[in-house]
Formats: sequence, C-alpha cells, structure tokens
Amino acid sequence: MTGKDDLTAAVAAGVVGSEEAFRALLGAIVEVARSIFGAKASSILLLDEETEELVFEAVVGEGEETLIGTRFPAGKGIAGWVLATRTPLVIEDVQQDPRFASDVAEGTGYVPKGLMAAPLLHEERALGVLSVLDRPEASLFSLQEMELLGLFSNQAAIAVDLLLKARKAEGILGGEGGDLRVVARIAAAVDALEDERRAAGMRLLRELADLLGA
Amino acid sequence: MTGHGWDASQTALPAWSLPKDAVDRIALPGDWPEQVTRQWAWGGSTGKGARVCILDSGVEAGHPMVGGLESAVVVSLGENDEVIALEDTEGDVSGHGTACAGIVRALAPECSISSVRVLGASFTGSGAVLLAGLRYAVEQGFDVINMSLSTTKKPFAAVLHELADSAYFRRAVLVASAHNMPVESYPWRFSSVISVGSHEDPDPLAFYANPSPPVEFFGRGVSVEVPWLGGRKLTVSGNSFATPHITAICALILAKHPELTPFQLKNVLYLTATNVGGGQ
Repeated sequence: MTGKDDLTAAVAAGVVGSEEAFRALLGAIVEVARSIFGAKASSILLLDEETEELVFEAVVGEGEETLIGTRFPAGKGIAGWVLATRTPLVIEDVQQDPRFASDVAEGTGYVPKGLMAAPLLHEERALGVLSVLDRPEASLFSLQEMELLGLFSNQAAIAVDLLLKARKAEGILGGEGGDLRVVARIAAAVDALEDERRAAGMRLLRELADLLGA
Repeated sequence: MTGHGWDASQTALPAWSLPKDAVDRIALPGDWPEQVTRQWAWGGSTGKGARVCILDSGVEAGHPMVGGLESAVVVSLGENDEVIALEDTEGDVSGHGTACAGIVRALAPECSISSVRVLGASFTGSGAVLLAGLRYAVEQGFDVINMSLSTTKKPFAAVLHELADSAYFRRAVLVASAHNMPVESYPWRFSSVISVGSHEDPDPLAFYANPSPPVEFFGRGVSVEVPWLGGRKLTVSGNSFATPHITAICALILAKHPELTPFQLKNVLYLTATNVGGGQ
C-alpha cells in the first residue's frame, strides 16, 4: 500500500468511534449466531499475525464477562486447527478431543460438549474463527446448519476486515497525539456541520487543498 | 498393475499423434462391461494392492481403527525452498488425519495407508508446506491421495493446478474436500481432481454424482464415528470426512482394476454413484 493509499484509508476509516462500532457489529453477529442455533455460547476469535495468537474479540453467553481480549497460541485447540486448514468442523463430545486445548477451556471456566467452528476467510487471508458452542443436545446436526454457519462466518469475516482496517488507520494516525490525526478530526468536524457552515467548511478545505497543491 | 490395459508411460506407445500402424497398440481392455455396476467395479475388493496417502495432520499408527501404516513422513521446506521429507516420529498433531485414515480403513480394510504430514503445531506456512507435501506424495506414486484440506492463497493456485495435472497424468488420483463456504480455495476446484462435498445419508457407501460441479461428488459427511488421538473415537461432521469415503471407494476400485486412469476412474465413480447406476 502506498503512503497516499494509507492516508486515504486512514481518513476514510479512522474516524473516532469506528473500533466501537465494528466491535458492536461482531457482538451482534455472535448474538444472532447463538440465537439461531439455540446454542449456549458463541465467539469470534481473531488472529494476531505478529504474535501468532488467537484473541477473543466477541463473546456471547458463557464467558462473555471475562473472555474479551484473552489470548492463546494460534496452533492450539480446535480454533487453531480450523484456522490452519481453512476448513469448518463440527465435533460432538468435544471433551474427548485433544485439539480442544483443555487448559484454554478451563481457563474460561466453561468446557463445552459440542462445538461448531468455521474459519473467517476474507479474500485469501484467514482472519480468525467463529465458534458456536453447545447446540441443544437432542438436535441432530444437519448440513443446513453447516451452511448457515458458513454464511455467518462470511458476514463475520467482512466485519473483522473492517475492524482491522479501522485499527490500521488508527495506527497510521499515530493514536491520540499523532500528527495525521488532526486530518481525521477536521474531516469529522466538517462532516458534522450543517447547511451554510458545512458549505463554508468545505470551501475552506478546498482553498487549503489548492494552497498545498493537493 | 496387472496390465491388460495400455500404459501411456511406455515409450513404445504413441505420445503426440497416432500413426495408423500404432492403433492396435492402444487397444483398450476387452473386458469393459456393457453396464458398469458396483459388483463389477469393486465387488470382492478389500483394497489390497492399492496405495492410499493421507495428506493431513499425520496419522496415529496402531490405532485399533487404523492399523499399521506403510510409511509416515513429515514435510517441511528447506532454506532454498527444497522439499524435506523426514520420518514422522510424532504421529498425528491434531487427530484429523487419524480420522480420515480410519474412514478409509473401515471401507478398504486391506489397502496400504501412508501418512504425509503437512500440518505442524503452529499456524504459519501451511500453504507452502501443503504444496510441498502434495509434490512429494505425487512423486511417491501413491494411487490415491486424500486431501481433506485446502488453501485460499491465490499465489499457490497456479502451482497447485500444475501439480494436480501432473498427478492426473501420472495416475495419482487426488480426492479433495470441497469448501462449503463462499470462498475461493484450492485444489478442489480443479477438474483434474475428484472434489467431494457432504450428504446426510448414514450409508458409508452411498455417494452421489453432482450434475452441476465444481463439487463433483457427495460422500457421507454427517455424524461420522471416527478414530481420534490416544486410541479414542469421536463423532464428527464436515466435508473433511466425506472425502475419505470417496478415497476409500477409489482404493477399492483401483485394487480390482489397477489399469484404470483417473479419467476412467471418475467415469466408474459416476456410473456407480447412488443417483446414477449404483442405487439399484
């Protein structure tokens, strides 16, 4: 990505509050996933490529109070396997499964009996994993559910991609005190103006652009 | 190969064109039946003689539902990207490869099973190692290579495509899991492989030909009891587990008819599919 592209992305996505908005979207996705499947819990794990860790970004149901931000190695557990193979998986009686890293599960205070997991794939990248824990025990798994899981994970992948872009923009802006952050603040301030004040603000920005030769 | 069929790898056979006096030399086997039935295709076959490779997370040798392995290697890439295949002393790092091997063993009890491990304990490098492992498996001359995994990395697609074609002409049948999500992944989309999705029928020998590919066949993929690490078993679902069902059926067919090319084998699969001629 060029510096200009970075700046464009930063200004477009780096408005204050976008992180919260995308987090809320992820929260809504896991809430709907849990509800549709009648499950006890659902979560979205995000891959931190630098540390090769999976991080809980959204959790609903068991563990929702404590899990956000919790990390574990990306090569560990069912989620790690789903991520590496880019393959969705459904396992019943998950406590028998050695891939279900029991120390991770016990650390959450909740060990599920069944689990559905699908990779969050965006373009050619695997961004994380969507998990749905403990569907009703009486219900038999069907391919329709697998398809539904795929649809949810696709939606979640788009939301995660937006969240990552917003974070990248934040990084480019250099956080609260960053030099370029003022650009985003001016853009947001002008955008919030109305009628004549907005028109005046836009005129001012165009003059500034001409002056800078932009 | 018992070899009443022709073998295109023999130099005596025509390669790029067919002179008139060479026509007799490529005569097809005389016992191709009027109607290809399951009885003709794999009746009486135990898979004996067919060599199956599980390209996956390794296989737990000696699991009661798997038995012994012909060989087990772990593949990695060297400093200059050369393929390094070492004897795998670790076995299965996840349980998934063992599950696939168990499904093959259940249907084709006497086939030979080898493990080529392309998954390690960590996440990175999986795409490049997958390619290296496939290249290694094709060179080893396995009859059927089970690939219950895929890669989404586009830079690997062209090389995978070449490898899949090379396997096809070397008579190594690639059986690959289709993706059930709306993403581009490989190699299952290539026409030189046999791609597999899931159906819900509990009959392990039920399989369906799909009239609208890219997914070509559906195998049993829901609530399958499989072996797992530590001699245990689990119930699992997914295209990953439909694929070894088709792999096993290919092994049964090739054990009985080793002369079949991947092209002919795919035809036999089609003709014996539950929704074509195999449902009788």
